[in-house]
Amino acid sequence: MASGLDRATVVGDGSSSRLLPRPLAVFLRLVTTVALTFLGLLFVTFLIGRVVPIDPVLAAVGDRAPADVYERVRIELGLHLPLYQQFMIYVGKVLQGDLGTSVLTANTVVNDIKRVFPATLELASVATLLGVCLGVPMGVIAAVYQGRWPDQVIRVVGLLGYSVPVFWLGLVGLLLFYARLDWVPGPGRLDVFYDGLVDPVTGVLLIDSALVGEWEIFWNAAGHLVLPASILGYFSLAYIARMTRSFMLEQLRQEYITTARVKGVSEWRVIWKHALGNVWVPLVTVIALSYANLLEGSVLTEIVFAWPGIGFYLTQSLLNADMNAVLGATIVIGAVFIGVNILSDVLYRALDPRAR
Amino acid sequence: MAEDPLLTIEDLRVDFETTKGIVQAVRGVSFQVGREKLGIVGESGSGKSVTGRAILGLVPPPGRVAAKRLDFEGTDLLSADNRQMREIRGRRISMVMQDPKFSLNPVMKVGHQVAEAYRTHARVASGEAKRRAIEMLAAVRIRDPERVFEAYPHEVSGGMGQRVMIAMMLIPDPDLLIADEPTSALDVTVQLQILAILDDLVSERGMGLIFISHDLNLVASFCDRVMIMYAGQVMEILDARDLNQAKHPYTRGLLSCLPKIDGGHNDLAVLKRDPAWLEAKP
Amino acid sequence: MSSVPESARNDLRSWLLSDTPVSRRQAWLGRIYLAWRAFTGNRLAMLGLGIVLTLILMAALAPWIAPYEPADPDLQSRLLPSSKAHWLGTDELGRDILSRILYGARLTLYVVVLVAIIAAPVGLLIGTAAGYSGGWLDVVLMRITDIFLAFPKLILALAFVSALGPGIENAIIAIAITSWPPYARIARAETITIRNSDFINAVRLQGAGSVRIIWSHVVPLCTSSLIVRVTLDMAGIILTAAGLGFLGLGAQPPLPEWGAMISSGRQFLLDQWWVATVPGIAIFIVSLGFNLLGDGLRDVLDPKNSER
Repeated sequence: MASGLDRATVVGDGSSSRLLPRPLAVFLRLVTTVALTFLGLLFVTFLIGRVVPIDPVLAAVGDRAPADVYERVRIELGLHLPLYQQFMIYVGKVLQGDLGTSVLTANTVVNDIKRVFPATLELASVATLLGVCLGVPMGVIAAVYQGRWPDQVIRVVGLLGYSVPVFWLGLVGLLLFYARLDWVPGPGRLDVFYDGLVDPVTGVLLIDSALVGEWEIFWNAAGHLVLPASILGYFSLAYIARMTRSFMLEQLRQEYITTARVKGVSEWRVIWKHALGNVWVPLVTVIALSYANLLEGSVLTEIVFAWPGIGFYLTQSLLNADMNAVLGATIVIGAVFIGVNILSDVLYRALDPRAR
Repeated sequence: MAEDPLLTIEDLRVDFETTKGIVQAVRGVSFQVGREKLGIVGESGSGKSVTGRAILGLVPPPGRVAAKRLDFEGTDLLSADNRQMREIRGRRISMVMQDPKFSLNPVMKVGHQVAEAYRTHARVASGEAKRRAIEMLAAVRIRDPERVFEAYPHEVSGGMGQRVMIAMMLIPDPDLLIADEPTSALDVTVQLQILAILDDLVSERGMGLIFISHDLNLVASFCDRVMIMYAGQVMEILDARDLNQAKHPYTRGLLSCLPKIDGGHNDLAVLKRDPAWLEAKP
Repeated sequence: MSSVPESARNDLRSWLLSDTPVSRRQAWLGRIYLAWRAFTGNRLAMLGLGIVLTLILMAALAPWIAPYEPADPDLQSRLLPSSKAHWLGTDELGRDILSRILYGARLTLYVVVLVAIIAAPVGLLIGTAAGYSGGWLDVVLMRITDIFLAFPKLILALAFVSALGPGIENAIIAIAITSWPPYARIARAETITIRNSDFINAVRLQGAGSVRIIWSHVVPLCTSSLIVRVTLDMAGIILTAAGLGFLGLGAQPPLPEWGAMISSGRQFLLDQWWVATVPGIAIFIVSLGFNLLGDGLRDVLDPKNSER
């Protein structure tokens, strides 16, 4: 997983424009960066789409169509236009929400993704929550006890999280906790018995079932969520704990910590209010990045757990060469990724009094 | 010094265990401080800052502190546990540090940091603490204390930050103040202002002050007594007004390095270090 | 070196540790010696080094130490557990898992080395060019870098490989394309730090052109940070490659790619769990090795970013 230190200033830094008031200038820079990055993403997916060795016209008309039908469809698909014009049309379509139609499901890709995305959101959110609630305290403890056994243990736990393949861990988890110990229910979001019994209001099963008071379904969904969320949560925890430890170590070396101790402030308060208070600023960025990383991690985990989220959708489409769906899902995940990156930058500025 | 001393130190030793061997930062320092201003002067590495921190028990690991005596107003600071030390710090001994850019918490409002110093030792409501803090900010001659209360450290100048620091360290009304290079990070004009504030407040409250600096002139003009340190040991302790009759060659060397307005036109002397000064005294 | 007399060893040591080296070679060897001592003192780093060396050995000696051919099916011996004949059992086609792991080490090494060889120089070039020239070239290159940094690696690699078709070379290219941005950032940061220093100015005054300055002076100073970063990234590359393999997008059967082995073993997970589990352990150990090695290198070469 990339270190948070890479992501410094996607937005750019420094020189304020003297023509515009500072907040407006920052906002404009933000918007242009987002737009450019998204455009870049579309460019890459456009290129990938063009690189496919399958002829899209043939795919549409079949290889026994007469020449004039071929030509007509070719013009319909806009393939006779110069490349940059095709790109413009492509961008226009995407911005209007048209990501093509899935060959597999015959729905529009956008509708498919609307259906599957909440499942991934649910998984990633619970996993990140786990990661933060466990990872931050672990990082703090590791920093405070630097060099001693709590630190060693926590660092090993983190190191393991960096070295193990997520899909393999999912498999081992299923083997152990489902097959051998029967502590958790098996793959999927719900037991087959309950499938389709709850109206998908938000798409997030925990919320939907709670809204209508179907507590049996709620607990069933929660049970299914435990293992995949824990596996993903472990990765989140490893990353967050490591970064928290690093930030805490840096803060504990600073002079203002000595000042607090000179004042007679209790060590508890020194660590959890003074030091951690300064750690939150870069840590929020890390948490946002962890969330984005989990979206990627979910791609592989969802296969293992038959979790019908966007990752599952992406890989199924991949295996069936459904390029529209693949590229559509790539764009959506990429857009969320970019969005989360930008959000983390904004949060950083909002939280650090020095950056305002 | 007629009354009993506030602080008595005998044979203080501070060692740091590093990968390159043991570094002896302080090697057998002894002195006493009463309700007076004692200046500790020395170059970098002389151990003066470490001495200040050792008094407060804030020498960072891998440092180890040992002494024959380290008494403050009857309490043995060496054997005091964490809880006892926390009661002493801030309330009875406190310390002003060098650079407010680094010694103030960047994400906490300045006024809250001062109020925290008060609330750590007195159970009061936050409104009362705020009132006291603003009072204290006014006492260090900050003209707009309510506004400064709500400011962040990066929004105030160096001089203002140092006043905040002094306010923070004096608000619990300690008996002894250690000032570790309090003016070294400031412009010369601001230095004098800060010194004036320190002088007034310390005298008003009848406190003891340990003033650590590398600037012999400054210390001589400001303090009652001066202690010269070199390589972790005390070279000489004398009254400030008797500085010109200093006997130790190191002190004399320091004095002759200082340019004087009525000195001659000759080249300034360069301090010659006698290796004998490095040897540990018995 | 125990046969070398004590006095000669001490002489060599004091020569290396001398505070006043008389030749560039002595200074350089002295620094390497100090770095080596710091590195070997770190037990975890040595473990990492050991693992990586074992991987290389396994890959190099696979044809000689593997007890069976990795692609030889033996349908009589399908899905056997660990035994004297098959130390790690057999897979669904009766192939010896141990031999497949050994040959799979070659694939892993192949992927990791090629990605590093492609991505690092590209990143280095872009980063130094951007950092050294400044101005609009810097802005443009960094915008492009930022855009690539903001992309989800695995997803893009997936999309890329799906378009080009599965295969180990396509997987390598896909991973390399998404791996270079961090190196560009590091190279640029280092270049900017060095760019205006006096020794660069001195060389410039002597008439050296920009290219020569970048190549002979700036690049060598970037290398240590880059080496650390590349080593640390290798674990991530291995995991991404395994992920692609798991999806069937990496090396194609019958090549013994570890991720693909996990995938094909998945259907037998409940009863013949070793088929899917053992390759995962191999991936884990190798990633761990690179992580430990990278951490150790960072402590030695780049201490200001170290986590100690």
